Parts: sequence; structure tokens; C-alpha cells
Amino acid sequence: MSAQNIAPELQQPLFEYLLRLGDDRLILGHRLSEWCGHGPILEEDIALANLALDCIGQASVLLKEAGTVEGQGRSEDDLAYFRDAIDFRNLLLVELPKGDFGFTIVRQFLFSTFSYFFLEKLQQSAHKPLAGIAAKTFKENLYHLRHSRKWLVVLGDGTEESHQRVQNALDELWGYTEEMFYMDQVDEALMNAGIAVDLQPLKEQWLSMVREALQEATLELPDPDVYQHQGGRTGFHTEHLGHLLAEMQILPRSYPDARW
Amino acid sequence: MAEDNGKLERFEARINAGEKIEPKDWMPERYRQQLIRMMSQHAHSEVVGMLPEGNWITRAPSLRRKMVLLAKVQDEAGHGHYLYSATETLGVTREEMLEKLLSGKAKYSNIFNYPTLTWADIGVIGWLVDGAAIVNQTMLAKTSYGPYSRAMIRICKEENFHKKQGYEIVATMARGTPAQRKMVQDALNRWWWPTLMMFGPHDKDSPNSGDLLRWKVKLKTNDELRQRFVDITVPQAHAVGLTIPDPELRYNEETGHWEFGEIDWDEFWRVIRGNGPCNKERLAARRKAHQEGAWVRAAAEAYARKHGREPGKAA
Repeated sequence: MSAQNIAPELQQPLFEYLLRLGDDRLILGHRLSEWCGHGPILEEDIALANLALDCIGQASVLLKEAGTVEGQGRSEDDLAYFRDAIDFRNLLLVELPKGDFGFTIVRQFLFSTFSYFFLEKLQQSAHKPLAGIAAKTFKENLYHLRHSRKWLVVLGDGTEESHQRVQNALDELWGYTEEMFYMDQVDEALMNAGIAVDLQPLKEQWLSMVREALQEATLELPDPDVYQHQGGRTGFHTEHLGHLLAEMQILPRSYPDARW
Repeated sequence: MAEDNGKLERFEARINAGEKIEPKDWMPERYRQQLIRMMSQHAHSEVVGMLPEGNWITRAPSLRRKMVLLAKVQDEAGHGHYLYSATETLGVTREEMLEKLLSGKAKYSNIFNYPTLTWADIGVIGWLVDGAAIVNQTMLAKTSYGPYSRAMIRICKEENFHKKQGYEIVATMARGTPAQRKMVQDALNRWWWPTLMMFGPHDKDSPNSGDLLRWKVKLKTNDELRQRFVDITVPQAHAVGLTIPDPELRYNEETGHWEFGEIDWDEFWRVIRGNGPCNKERLAARRKAHQEGAWVRAAAEAYARKHGREPGKAA
């Protein structure tokens, strides 16, 4: 299925779906890029910049595809730089400020573990461009998962202080994990056409991989009844996103006629 | 003493024959110390140099520009890493070098004590600062110390790409809107003279130059390198319609060189002594990252002590 012959009733859901995936990676990439020059060791400046580059690269192709599917002539840059917070579709998880190194690592681990199972399935999407993007992203994500899992274990099983810091980060971030499995009519319409992934069956797999890593890291699984925040998929964000976008979008918004 | 004199003679004979000196070879203590000073300054410059450009990563005006800038700053981290390792071959540890940087004892390139005020600065830094670095490093690629020479050969390849992307930003803005043209000329006005200062004092005021040249650590003098940079760069500015902020700049038909005005050496020494626009911010940013990362480094050490390895690796 190419952009030209998408069933008309699927065009809007697919556009929306691509925005969700693209925005997740754009915003997470932005948060990761904030570490550049400020990491705890030089090796981590390099590694986190790698992760940021992957995420922004993935966002770029996903948003480009979103623009193609939408068919209104919007480029990936138009979508990144000329939408307001209420039109962004990323998870709340990825827009939270970068926090300390432990917070960044825990968030990355939770998201990369989810992405591992999600992208594995998405490679079979009936929308061929999306399947192709998923295959490339899956490979990049393997490194993100390995890197964040390694640090999760080191910090969890390091010193008393590091253990406490990552446990706190984990407890705080846990309330933003349920949203990764959020599905609505966008997913349902696309699932019927074989384009989108059914997220419900992934949850057990995700939890089991997380549990195994936490055990090795000597960390406690957070309270399962903790309140779960949602809203990113429908544009109901935290206040953090507006500030992030104000910074990210300042040049194209200030000089809309300029080319850079 | 007689033995040392014999060694020194053989050392200088090898250098004159164009041989490389390797870490295990005998070398005069002054050669070792000068190399440690130069190479660790170079490594520090790469790491501190991440800050002014990193300042614009989150504000890059397109996704492509953002990725190129991120990759460039990441390269600089890689260069720093590589140069610290090369300097360690002289018997000094990365921790010792870092301690000297953070305590303010070690220097890094003065140029990074200037602020990046607009996106045009990102273009101009790539074009001028990386351009100047290339002129310097092309010479250092032939330096007599093997590990430094090899590091320079590798780093020069990436710097060429950095310069190209910088000049491309400059050229794009120079043919852009009036606001963009204003930004890029302003950036050139601010960065031109500090870039010329990157090559160091005049030869007559450069206390370390004598031995460095004799032992082929450096193969050209500060003034020679500065002239080469000016000759390369002036036509590039003219090609995109920018004006070099130097009323005395003129082409000498006889020598084939661009002649330029005198550098404000008071400014040069003022910034070196710590009173440039961003000296305090740059050092504060490095110290903050180091302090905030202390618990992470402690955790990695504790983990390795407990398990004798990193996670995922065989014991």
C-alpha cells in the first residue's frame, strides 16, 4: 500500500498514527540532546548524542511520511516546527524534563523495552513505508535498549545513592507507562486494515522484560496501583511541552519566510 | 649526563631524519612536558568547545540542521576522548588532566570563551573556527610524536566535514532574507578577530615556539599559519558577499598574500587571563557536569568492584 492508494477513511487515522510515532521520537530525541556536553562522563556525551540522533532521524522519516499521507504538502519540518502543543501527539513520558542521569536512563529503558516489542510487530504493517521505517528503527532501538538496560543495572546495583536515585525515578515514571498501551479508534481502524499493532498483548511481554531487568538491578517494581497519567495521544499535555516547543521552534516561527 | 647527551643527540638525529617518536622511546623531559601541555589543551578545547555549539542544538532551525549539529558536537566529544587517550601515552591520566581543567590550571582554546548569540554563529564557527583548526591540525598531522600525529590525521578528516557544513550555513544565510544577512555579517564581525587570535601570539612573543619547532612538534610558526588561514578565508567571505571587519585588509599582488591589520593583543591576553565574555560560564558548566555526574561514576566503580565486570559482559 503506498500513499497514493490508501483507503480514504484510513487517511486521517494513519496520519494521526504517524504523528504519534514521530512525535514520541522527536520529543524524546530533544530531551536526550539536552545532555550533549553535560554528561557524567565523556563516553555518555557520545552515547546519549547517538540515541538523540537516532530518535530525531526516526522522527524525521515518520513525520515526512505523515506529511505524504496527509497530502497537504506539509514537510517533516512544517510538522515539527509549526504545530502547537495541543497538536502534538507524543506520550507524556517523553516530554518530562530530562531530570538526572538516572531519570533519563529509566525513561529510556521503559520506552526502549516497549519499542522493542512494538517495532517487532510493526515491521509486518500492511503500510509498506511504515514497515520499512519500523525495521530500521527496530535495529537502532536494540542499541538503545542494551545501553539503557546496562546503566539501569549499574545504577540500581551500584551505590546506595545511585540505587535510591533510580528507584525514585522509576517510581515517578511508572505513572506514565500505561499510556504506552493506550489505544483508541485510530488504532482500531488501522488494526482492521493490518496497518497498526494491537498493543494489549504487548503489555505482559513488556512487564516481564522490565521485571527481569529490575531484578538484576536490585530494584523494586513500583506500586501497580499508582495513578496512571494519560492525554498525550489526544493533545492534553503537561506544561513542560510548551516550553520545549518554544525553544525548539523559535527560529522557524520568528522568521517564517527564511530558509536555513 | 654524558649518557643523556648521547640520548639527546640520537633523539634529535631521529627527528631530523623525519622519524616518529613513539611512547616507549626515550625523549627529553621538556619534549614530554610540552606535548602533555599541547595535547591536553587540545583535548580540553574539544570538550569545552562542545558548549558554545551545544547551546544551539535544541534551537536548530530544521531537523536536518539539528542532526548535523548534534553529529558535529558528538564528533568533538569523540575527538576529546581520542586526544585524552593519546595524551595518556605520555604518562598522565585523564583524571589528572580533567582535574587541571576544572581547577582552572589548564588552558583550552580562547575562542570558546566567546558566546554564540544567533544561529549564524553556528555557521561561522564551523567555517572560521574549524577552518582555523584545520590549518593548525594539517601541520600537526606531521608532528614528530607518533600518537599525536595519528590522532590529527584522523581528526582532520572530520574537521573538513565540519567546516563544509558551517560554510554551507553561512552561504545559505548570506543569500537569505535581510534579517539572515544581518545575522551572518554580525557573526563574522564578532568571530573574525578571535579566530585570528587562535593561532597564538606573534612568533617573537611565543615563548614555547623555539624548542617546539626544533623538535618538529610544530612545523610552522604561529604567524605563518595565521597568514595561511587568512589567505584561504578572505576569498571565501567575498564569494558569499560578506565583508571581513578589517579596514586594513588588502591583497598584495607581489607576495600573493592578503595583508591584514593588527590584532588587539590586549583582548587576547585579557581573555587568556580569564576575563573573556564566557570564561566563567564555560568552566562552571564543565564543573557542574562533573559534580552532577559524580554519583554515576561512583556507581559504575562500585558495580565493577562487586561484579568484576560491566553487566552483560563475561566475568
